[in-house]
Amino acid sequence: MAEPVFVGLPRKLVGVTIDGRDIEMTEGSTILDACRQLEVDTPTLCQLDTLTPINVCRVCVVELEGSRVLVPACSRKVEAGMKIATDSDRVRHSRRLVLELLASSVDMSLCSPRVHGWMARYGATPARFGSEVATVAQPVKVDNDLYVRDYSRCILCYKCVEACGVDAQNTFAIGVAGRGFDAHISTEFDVGLPDSACVYCGNCIGVCPTGALMFKSEHDMRAAGTWDESRQSVTETVCPYCGVGCMLELHVQDNTIVKVTSPLDNSVTAGHLCVKGRFGFEFVQRRRS
Amino acid sequence: MDIRTTGDPATEEEIAAIDGLLGEPESLWQGGERHPADDHVAHGGRAVRSRRHLLLPVLHAIQDRTGWVSRGGLEYACRRLSIPPAEAYGVVSFYARFALQPRGALALHVCDDIACKCAGADELCAALEKDFGAPGGAWHRSPCLGLCDRAPAALVEGAGADYEARQIAPVTFAEADGVLRGGAWPHNHSTPLSPTLSPGGRGGLLRRVGVVDPRSVDSYLDHGGFAALRRAREMGAEAVIHEVTDARLLGRGGAAFPTGRKWESVRKADARPHYLVCNADESEPGTFKDRVLMENDPFAVVEGMALAAFATGCEKGYLYVRTEYPLARQRIENAIARSRERGLLEIDIEVRRGAGAYICGEETALFNSIEGKRGEPRNKPPFPVEVGLFGKPTVENNVETLINVLDIVIDGGAAYATTGTRDSTGMRLFCVSGHVLKPGLYEVPMGTSLRALIELAEGLGPGRTLQAVLLGGAAGSFVTPAQLDVPLSFEGTRAIGATLGSGAVIVFDDTADMKQMLLRIARFFRDESCGQCVPCRVGTKRQEEILERLLAAPHGDRRADVMLLTDIAQAMRDASICGLGQTAANAIGSGLTQLRVLNG
Ligand SMILES: Cc1cc2nc3c(=O)[nH]c(=O)nc-3n(C[C@H](O)[C@H](O)[C@H](O)COP(=O)(O)O)c2cc1C
Ligand code: SF4
Ligand code: SF4
Ligand code: SF4
Ligand code: FES
Ligand code: FES
Repeated sequence: MAEPVFVGLPRKLVGVTIDGRDIEMTEGSTILDACRQLEVDTPTLCQLDTLTPINVCRVCVVELEGSRVLVPACSRKVEAGMKIATDSDRVRHSRRLVLELLASSVDMSLCSPRVHGWMARYGATPARFGSEVATVAQPVKVDNDLYVRDYSRCILCYKCVEACGVDAQNTFAIGVAGRGFDAHISTEFDVGLPDSACVYCGNCIGVCPTGALMFKSEHDMRAAGTWDESRQSVTETVCPYCGVGCMLELHVQDNTIVKVTSPLDNSVTAGHLCVKGRFGFEFVQRRRS
Repeated sequence: MDIRTTGDPATEEEIAAIDGLLGEPESLWQGGERHPADDHVAHGGRAVRSRRHLLLPVLHAIQDRTGWVSRGGLEYACRRLSIPPAEAYGVVSFYARFALQPRGALALHVCDDIACKCAGADELCAALEKDFGAPGGAWHRSPCLGLCDRAPAALVEGAGADYEARQIAPVTFAEADGVLRGGAWPHNHSTPLSPTLSPGGRGGLLRRVGVVDPRSVDSYLDHGGFAALRRAREMGAEAVIHEVTDARLLGRGGAAFPTGRKWESVRKADARPHYLVCNADESEPGTFKDRVLMENDPFAVVEGMALAAFATGCEKGYLYVRTEYPLARQRIENAIARSRERGLLEIDIEVRRGAGAYICGEETALFNSIEGKRGEPRNKPPFPVEVGLFGKPTVENNVETLINVLDIVIDGGAAYATTGTRDSTGMRLFCVSGHVLKPGLYEVPMGTSLRALIELAEGLGPGRTLQAVLLGGAAGSFVTPAQLDVPLSFEGTRAIGATLGSGAVIVFDDTADMKQMLLRIARFFRDESCGQCVPCRVGTKRQEEILERLLAAPHGDRRADVMLLTDIAQAMRDASICGLGQTAANAIGSGLTQLRVLNG
């Protein structure tokens, strides 16, 4: 007779209460998972389903009964009997302050409409700290033909570092350097990307929530005033280069590919590509004149 | 993972420094000679990655030898340890003591923190600036050096094959001037040790300080050394933890966590190995108790660690000491070696050196630092007793906590608990500095009033009146002259919204410029925030900016700015990852509300 195969214990269910509503979650899920199941819209900036929770932005904090401080919904696992408030005064205050502090120091204008929605919901008024306060404004780094880094837009969410490192690419071309308000994303000794270990997979661009990392094509079109998402279409296709079969989304404006992404929930890519799929599309549009 | 390096090669000196620590490289892959086998075997992967934890020691080796960390030096270290250069750069640039720009062999760090300000540090720095230019060349401004009882303080370092560092306290302008001109270094001035109070005739925690020869294991044995460890082995681990629990000992590092409960959790943890970490990072401004213990009674610290390791089943111990304590480090290293020679130590204890980061005193940031990473605190849970150093169950204790345990094992927990108050048992070390006639380390029973403590330090100078006391250091809060009768116990201070914290007690008379003190505290937190989480990274910056403009414009409408500070304070307290951000607004808040600094 064949040996029995251990397939793991069935996951336990854990009961928690969120804003007075009871819900059962499988053990190991986060408070954020529970909020999403209950359709409680929870702001997140540094969280992404495909990356290890790093819980640094603190915009997702919720009030947990019995805890002295607020806890990050994105990484805190559910425990039986937890009583959680997602819209208390303390929660609203901290979420507002996190958004205000960030937007007072970083250019968040290219963040998604959802982020702007949260700013409005929590009444974030970044200008109230005054006009003389320090920001992370700095010149855009354009050191290669494929993508640019505009760290004036960087909220230091660590996502690009995670994507370049153990969560996807394992190249470790970029890391967090400096500390405190001077902390920033950097290659070693701030060398340009061509001198770094970067392999131009663009996976950092794929996870960046602020537009700090951007295709050079998009950057140039924005600078020229020709970038227009309303005139863009997205075509799904499969990468032609190898047998892995990564799904590509080609963003096309005026019959020209302007950037390439892959869906986060794609089982093959989880949103990540290699340099060929990400940037190797020029041959498609090399037209005879 | 491919280690790509594009900088200049390391210099011979840098290679010598690194190889001196790691041994000669075995292959081309680690930056050595090309060997025929290199074409077939790739060294790297797990075996090499497991040496990641050597990054800080290697960086110290480079900096000690050459005075700074060059790109070539760092890249050679990366090849030897198989660390991506971008990550290693993130680590070097995190720690204030590592220089990424070339500089001379000599570095003089002059403390301009709170207690030293009370002793003329600003005038000293201004005079140095006049003669030697702005800080950053040969001399540097430094946060508290842990020598506040002998303020103003400085630390001098000379890089080279025979690296040396020496604390100078108190330091005069003439001495600093002499050092910077290449003269001989003055010897550490030792002031007589402060008096200590001992309950019931039996000596207190400081009883061997100034009595025992800190270099000699025989001297320590003559004064009852290693009796507690022997007794613990007779009793067995479970009984030891029982006594510590009975003693109701609360950790002396600042968080006041019950030591018995922590030990019990680690002892019972299934995962192996268990690690012990002694937290000797002591960087809270105004705090110097752990330095005094390590410099003067180092064998007791080692015995305390051995005892804790025995009780909790730890296979290996680390003592993490701030780099600004060269004498303490040397004494502890000596004590470990001498004890081992005599067969008194069963566990392996390694001394690790900080690199200028207050945040590394936070327990999980300290783990990351030992692991060779940026000193960024981890989110809890999981707690260190389950997932600590190298992901294993870890018991981390403060130096003073471990010294207490020795007496608990000898006297029994119940007897220990008769000293102090019901909720705060035992004796407590207080680091009294600032405007008192006899600054120093004082040992009193928990619950002693602040007034009595200040009287022990012989009070203020003639004709001076008390303005304020900062209790618990920068992370603590201000106490007013009207609150002097507060009992120095965990519950007593809590009742007035203050904290004992690390035991720092900085006294200000009417001559102190409290505005400057508040600004210094704001700058401290802005400098020391690890930068990981938004409330603290941006909040400490905004707090400093707003305070600066508030104090600069005495007649403007301040309500809006005070409101902003209050709003930032609440978000930092509620939403920051660790204790640094959570307490970064305490002292400033209490300065504005209790001391009414804005109204003065
Ligand atoms: C920012 C920060 C700095 C700290 N610095 C120290 C320190 O220098 N020494 C120390 O023993 N504990 C320090 N702590 C407290 C430690 O996190 C930890 O609670 C303590 O070492 C545990 O030991 P104990 O239980 O013996 O007190 C610090 C905490 C924070 C949040
Ligand atoms: S493009 Fe790829 S390799 Fe380059 S930094 Fe981004 S994630 Fe890392
Ligand atoms: S560059 Fe983008 S992904 Fe990277 S830390 Fe900044 S905002 Fe986050
Ligand atoms: S509170 Fe400050 S020091 Fe602590 S993790 Fe956050 S940024 Fe770092
Ligand atoms: S989304 Fe939870 S901390 Fe950033
Ligand atoms: S040594 Fe200067 S304040 Fe502590």
